[in-house]
Amino acid sequence: MAQNFTLNVNGTTHPVDADPDMPLLYALRNDLGLNNPHFGCGLAQCGACTVHVDGVAVRSCSIPISAVAGAKIVTLAGLGSPESPHPLQRAYVEEQVPQCGYCVNGWIMTAAAFLKDKKRPSDAEIRDALSGLKCRCGTHMAILRAVKRAAEMMG
Amino acid sequence: MAKIEKIPQTHPTLKGAQIALTRRAALGGAGMLLVSFGLPVGMETACAMEPSTTTGVRPALVPSELDSYIGIRADGSVSAFFGKMDMGQGLHTAIGQMVAEELDVPFDRVKVVMGDTATSVNQGGASGSTGIWRGGMQLRYAAAEARRVLVGMAAEQLGVGADQLSVSAGVVRVTGDPAKAISYAELVGDRYFNVQLNWNGQIGNELTAVGKAKPKSPDEYKIVGKPIKRDDIASKVFCKQDFVTDVKVPDMVHGRVIRPPVVGSVPLQVDESSVSQIPGVRVVREKNFLGVTADTEWDAIRAAQALKVEWSPVKPPFPTLPELYDHIRNASVRKREVQVNVGDVDAIFGSAIRVVRAEYEWPFQSHASMGPACAVVEIKDGRATLWTGSQKPHYARDGVAAILGLSADQVRGIWVIGPGSYGRNDAGDAAMDAAVLAKAVGRPVRVQYMRDEGHGWDPKGPASIHRARAAIDPSGNVLAYEFVSKGFSRIDIQTNESKPNHSLAGQLMDWPLMSNDGFGVPAESYDFSNKRALWETIPPLLDRASSLRTAHLRDPVGPQIHFASESFIDEVAAAVGADPVEFRLRYLKAPRDIAIVKAAAERAGWVKRASPRRDQTGNTVTGRGMAYAQRGGTVVAVVAEVEIDRASGKIWAKKLVVAHDCGQIINPDGLKFCIEGNVVQGVSRTLWEEVQFDPKGVTSVDWLTYPILDITEAPETIEVVLIDRPTVAPTGAGEPSIRPVAAAIANAIFDATGVRIRRVPFSPDRVKAALA
Repeated sequence: MAQNFTLNVNGTTHPVDADPDMPLLYALRNDLGLNNPHFGCGLAQCGACTVHVDGVAVRSCSIPISAVAGAKIVTLAGLGSPESPHPLQRAYVEEQVPQCGYCVNGWIMTAAAFLKDKKRPSDAEIRDALSGLKCRCGTHMAILRAVKRAAEMMG
Repeated sequence: MAKIEKIPQTHPTLKGAQIALTRRAALGGAGMLLVSFGLPVGMETACAMEPSTTTGVRPALVPSELDSYIGIRADGSVSAFFGKMDMGQGLHTAIGQMVAEELDVPFDRVKVVMGDTATSVNQGGASGSTGIWRGGMQLRYAAAEARRVLVGMAAEQLGVGADQLSVSAGVVRVTGDPAKAISYAELVGDRYFNVQLNWNGQIGNELTAVGKAKPKSPDEYKIVGKPIKRDDIASKVFCKQDFVTDVKVPDMVHGRVIRPPVVGSVPLQVDESSVSQIPGVRVVREKNFLGVTADTEWDAIRAAQALKVEWSPVKPPFPTLPELYDHIRNASVRKREVQVNVGDVDAIFGSAIRVVRAEYEWPFQSHASMGPACAVVEIKDGRATLWTGSQKPHYARDGVAAILGLSADQVRGIWVIGPGSYGRNDAGDAAMDAAVLAKAVGRPVRVQYMRDEGHGWDPKGPASIHRARAAIDPSGNVLAYEFVSKGFSRIDIQTNESKPNHSLAGQLMDWPLMSNDGFGVPAESYDFSNKRALWETIPPLLDRASSLRTAHLRDPVGPQIHFASESFIDEVAAAVGADPVEFRLRYLKAPRDIAIVKAAAERAGWVKRASPRRDQTGNTVTGRGMAYAQRGGTVVAVVAEVEIDRASGKIWAKKLVVAHDCGQIINPDGLKFCIEGNVVQGVSRTLWEEVQFDPKGVTSVDWLTYPILDITEAPETIEVVLIDRPTVAPTGAGEPSIRPVAAAIANAIFDATGVRIRRVPFSPDRVKAALA
């Protein structure tokens, strides 16, 4: 049965009535109307739904809403804005990464959590940190260029 | 309250504004696209803001009208109405460049409006790498004609001859007297041209409609050929871009479809009480179509999982996976087509002293789009609107109309970018499912497939076998060559979605499968004096809704055929001890083919020697391989450098050099990105991709059971060499470069190891077994 939860997303709290087992993704997309975490697999296999929960990259399609109530959730929209972009967002534009762009959310959110703690990563470390994420359009080379560029910006 | 029936009556040149306006009105702060037909700022309001709505005669949205392609706005900006769409490669940037160039307006004043049946004619959608080749060329002709008409109007207004006028930044000036000038906006801003074009009567990719104007000569280009950046990337990284999955319509419910546990099985009994505890659930059954709707997405998911269904007993229709290639070998041939037949092949083979033979195998592959398909359909007051990520919104509109029993002009198809598209993927099925559900429940329905449906039930690229043989004389010359493909047709369902027969919903509702025959032969210019190339298609595994039905997947049958044909050329080169590049050049006839092979080899630093190299002893060995192919006027050559871990069988396509010639280049950076993605997808399809199945159905249902290339396995470098031919009409780039990738890798594996892998994918287990 539905219960009431309070989600803290991008610095704002939102009440949500939901089945405790409902994955966070559906609350973000449907109850809060956020378009940035995407449904890709519902199985935590692709990363398209990634958000930060207390600073950790989490696949929102596979974590129940009841597990994140009270936690600090950040989505891609909360990571940066055109006025104040995250280095990864800048790098994605500068490197012209997207093909369809549906996977962008997962790569940026995962890379952002990685680069927060890891300064000056090697190419191999970047690849390892992003392993498991999917991009079907094959933008892998551009993603690597963008993450490297962002890492340089972040010193 | 806006009325949906107003939409098709709206003038195309206003549509960009309306879309922008409704999006702005709806975006609010949440970044969510709420399609706002029911909101206070709707179509009528938007139209009322445009002064031109009361002036001029609105021409019909038909291919023969210049207004169907080009609109000049009162602010001097240009709307280019495009009946194709960008699938992620940045095509709209190139189209904007072509239009801006011909009109002599700045690039950033052109807005390309794509894929809406209310604003564009049917140019075939995204299809066959024809975005620039056909779609862009049509816009080029239309823009050139618009400029001619505008200059003619200016000549009249300024009282001078058209030959005394020049255009810059959308302003027409008298040569030598620049004070005498008039802008496009003043001439026709927000009004209609009402100029007829000479239309060839075709719709789709073949559509051409030209005016009296001759497009510019390439030496006049200022915008075409420049590496202009895409303008849509910021919107994606700052969450201002909505995908089809983000479309929400007032009063919308969420739908899910129920697929059978055994392919071909149909529902006998449906126990609706099994979902009665879930609020708002509706169970929809239309003949053998079965789906559910619910007010919330989570409830729709739960209902689809909980619904108890008794399915009809059927004999599992598929072979086992290990039986696949024998099934193809032994299957009856439905159609045989000899496409190349030069000299007397049979006579030469009959008397040949030495014959090289090989057989190659390619599996079923899935589109496996980044997200499974989503579509929304609203039916209101006898009209329907479809929001779809399909590559074919115009044809999908026709298909949805047919399944709903409406006429095409009662349905509007709106393309909204989907989660990746490389051909006829699951989007075309989701559109029809949404239509069936929306009609049944009387509310707008959003269908979102789950991952297992995306992989498990999307149309597949066909599996095939390919036999090649070459007769060799004692000097190592090829006397005769034969190449035979046998496989599933590439068109069990048509890429065009205009008939319910080509959708799962339609087939479940008794529209029969209309499987057709399509395959192909190698596209190359090897000048063998006796040469035959042919194909044979076999019937589909099931004559109705099948998870192994085939349809177009990026470069349909191209990777299959050229994996085999370009591997075989390499095998022949090795058999006669020739360097693979030198051997190709010995027989290639077409000058552009020769140039492209040389360009790739040169950039790769190709050193002349025969394969295999035989000088490596360690666990990690490296090799290099070349392959080339033509496609629709484009030519591509790839040199692959691979690294092989012999112990694990793991292949790393470490470096790829791609030489690419698609005639005139519109945007070199966009082209490079397009090629890079295409090649990475080609590496993935070569190394990993194979649809798994058992007799009951497809068992590749997620990313674990259908692995694709991981970023840890991405190449170290991809170098793209572009050959620009400004005076050669542009051809396609979305598909050609995927074509030679598998063979280049196979040839490199052979070079490194002396072992020839003739079955895709080159997964570690298979390579390890081959090397053992």
